[in-house]
Amino acid sequence: MNIAMQRLRSAPPRYWLVLVVAIFFVGLPTVVTSFQSSEWTLVLIFAIVIMGLNILVGYSGQISLGHGALMAVGAYTSVILIHRYHINYLVTIPIAGLLTGVVGFLLGIPALRLSALYLALATFALAVVTPSLIKRPVQLTGGVQGLFIAAPDPPQFAKDAFGAVTGGAVMTSDQWFYYVTVVIAMVLFWFAWNLVRHRPGRALRAIRDREVAAASSGINIAGYKTLAFGISAFYAGIGGALYGLTSGSVYPDSFPLALSLALLVGTVIGGLASIAGPLVGGIFTFWLPIVSGQFVASQPWIPAQIAAVFKNAGPAVTYGALLILIMIFAPNGIVGLITSGYAFLRRRLRRPAERETGQAQPDPETV
Amino acid sequence: MQEFIQLIVSGLANGGIYASLALALVLIYNAMGLVNFAQGEMAMFATFIAFTLIDRGLSYWIALPLTLVIAFAGGVVIERVVIRPVERAPVLTLVIVTLGLATLINGTAGFLFGYSPREFPSPFSVRAVNLLGAFVSYRDLGVIATSAVVLVLIYALLQRTTLGLTMRAAAYHPEASRLLGVRVSWMLALGWGLASAVGAVSGIMVAPVLVLDPNLMQTIIIYAFAAAVLGGVESPLGAVVGGLIVGVTVNLAGAYVPFVGGDLQLAVALAIIVAVLVVKPNGLFGRATVRNV
Repeated sequence: MNIAMQRLRSAPPRYWLVLVVAIFFVGLPTVVTSFQSSEWTLVLIFAIVIMGLNILVGYSGQISLGHGALMAVGAYTSVILIHRYHINYLVTIPIAGLLTGVVGFLLGIPALRLSALYLALATFALAVVTPSLIKRPVQLTGGVQGLFIAAPDPPQFAKDAFGAVTGGAVMTSDQWFYYVTVVIAMVLFWFAWNLVRHRPGRALRAIRDREVAAASSGINIAGYKTLAFGISAFYAGIGGALYGLTSGSVYPDSFPLALSLALLVGTVIGGLASIAGPLVGGIFTFWLPIVSGQFVASQPWIPAQIAAVFKNAGPAVTYGALLILIMIFAPNGIVGLITSGYAFLRRRLRRPAERETGQAQPDPETV
Repeated sequence: MQEFIQLIVSGLANGGIYASLALALVLIYNAMGLVNFAQGEMAMFATFIAFTLIDRGLSYWIALPLTLVIAFAGGVVIERVVIRPVERAPVLTLVIVTLGLATLINGTAGFLFGYSPREFPSPFSVRAVNLLGAFVSYRDLGVIATSAVVLVLIYALLQRTTLGLTMRAAAYHPEASRLLGVRVSWMLALGWGLASAVGAVSGIMVAPVLVLDPNLMQTIIIYAFAAAVLGGVESPLGAVVGGLIVGVTVNLAGAYVPFVGGDLQLAVALAIIVAVLVVKPNGLFGRATVRNV
């Protein structure tokens, strides 16, 4: 008991932060409306996809501007399985993830031959072509019209639990789906956290920073690079499946170039090579535009015309400016800013004590 | 047969447009080893400037050179403000910055000019002329001629003037050039300005064919990527040849391959990009790169 207490007291602040965040996300639907929960479902879905993209871009140093296409694979897999084969929607999520993972793994093989620049170019082209590629097999994908599925009903145990917590409120399918997404997001973030702290994560970082040195230390470069692609695509596939399920429909134009770019923006803004980054990035890229759009629309003194322009052009202008500013001034994104600010404060506060003991700070990457 | 010739000529006209944009990509690649993802959006913005000038009552032939000058200045300013701080950063950073630039310019155009499509005037009539038994529009011929002029001008500038020599030297060996008194960083800015102007030509040529809106170049840039990759991304001649090949191939595939049809022409460009990168990454005219380990 005593030891447990000691460990608890010496836990680094980030553990407490994780706890606070987890409580926030689990409790959220009980205090906001069902519609707002569905918005947060989207944020979490994009956080999952961005986490996958971060494993690829941040940790393995390969770039993909075509993750929207991988999301499309996941979304269509899930929706087609439900629509045509009437498979339970919860079962289709891992199937979609695994299938997309295989697709990503296969994409990773030609990607090995390409430099970062050419990889960016090819995946950019893929992102642009995706909607028209989806439209072609009409029998399978429903063409331009897309495919529709019914919203899943919450199971009885979830209804009971939700009613007990909120004092009798009836759980909507949006709220149920929010919880499905929260659980999946937690599992996937936990998995990513373990992945990057252990052997594969170290190997990926070594490859990213100095490929030749990594190869001469016996790291299987091709294996790890394609593995990163596969895992990243797995996340995109899961996210895509959830995206299709929560929208209740999939269209070719749900996966435009702008989606792929927004995912990259989220990755960079949140912070490359960071576990908290994707969550911050997801909130930033997918929640803030919705909320700011609603805010502008709700202000009577802003003329409707300007509000419409703001809604159309606002995100593009902000994303573009932020991408440039962050790459120039804060390459580690928001999370990088916060951690370096925190480290700065700690140094400031601890400096006199440290001077006496001469203890060096442990390197957070090697812990 | 007649249809075939017509397809070839209109393919060449499209190819000329792709070639100009690909040439702009090559200019920047040669200067700093970067493919500029914002090239298409910069061209789109320049086209909007031309549109505004013509809309204000300027004659086409005054608005055109004026736009090119503005595009040149814009390119220089963008390099100074946005690219300069990350000049020596890794490729990944540069790619992300140019993507940000593309998004920013696209949004700004939407903000300033709106998203409603506009008709862009062309100095060449769409009237057809009989050429070897096929009917070809003056507009297509005009586009081909304009691309040829642009190519010759750029070639002359790079190969026949001191400034061109200085620019190539700065790109090829920055340190040595700096020791010889070349202001390498300004050469980069000059390259961006030049690329911006060349790209603007492609935007102004393609706008009458399509309609002008902020997403004008979103597909054209893919064809230009395909052209640049096919030609070898550091070769200006390759960009032009690649552009023409891509233009004709896409046109023919759209007409004769039933699976491609009208809506998968873009996928042909993607297929070209992937095939070239996997089979012959240096393209048709590119140098093989040697890497020291």
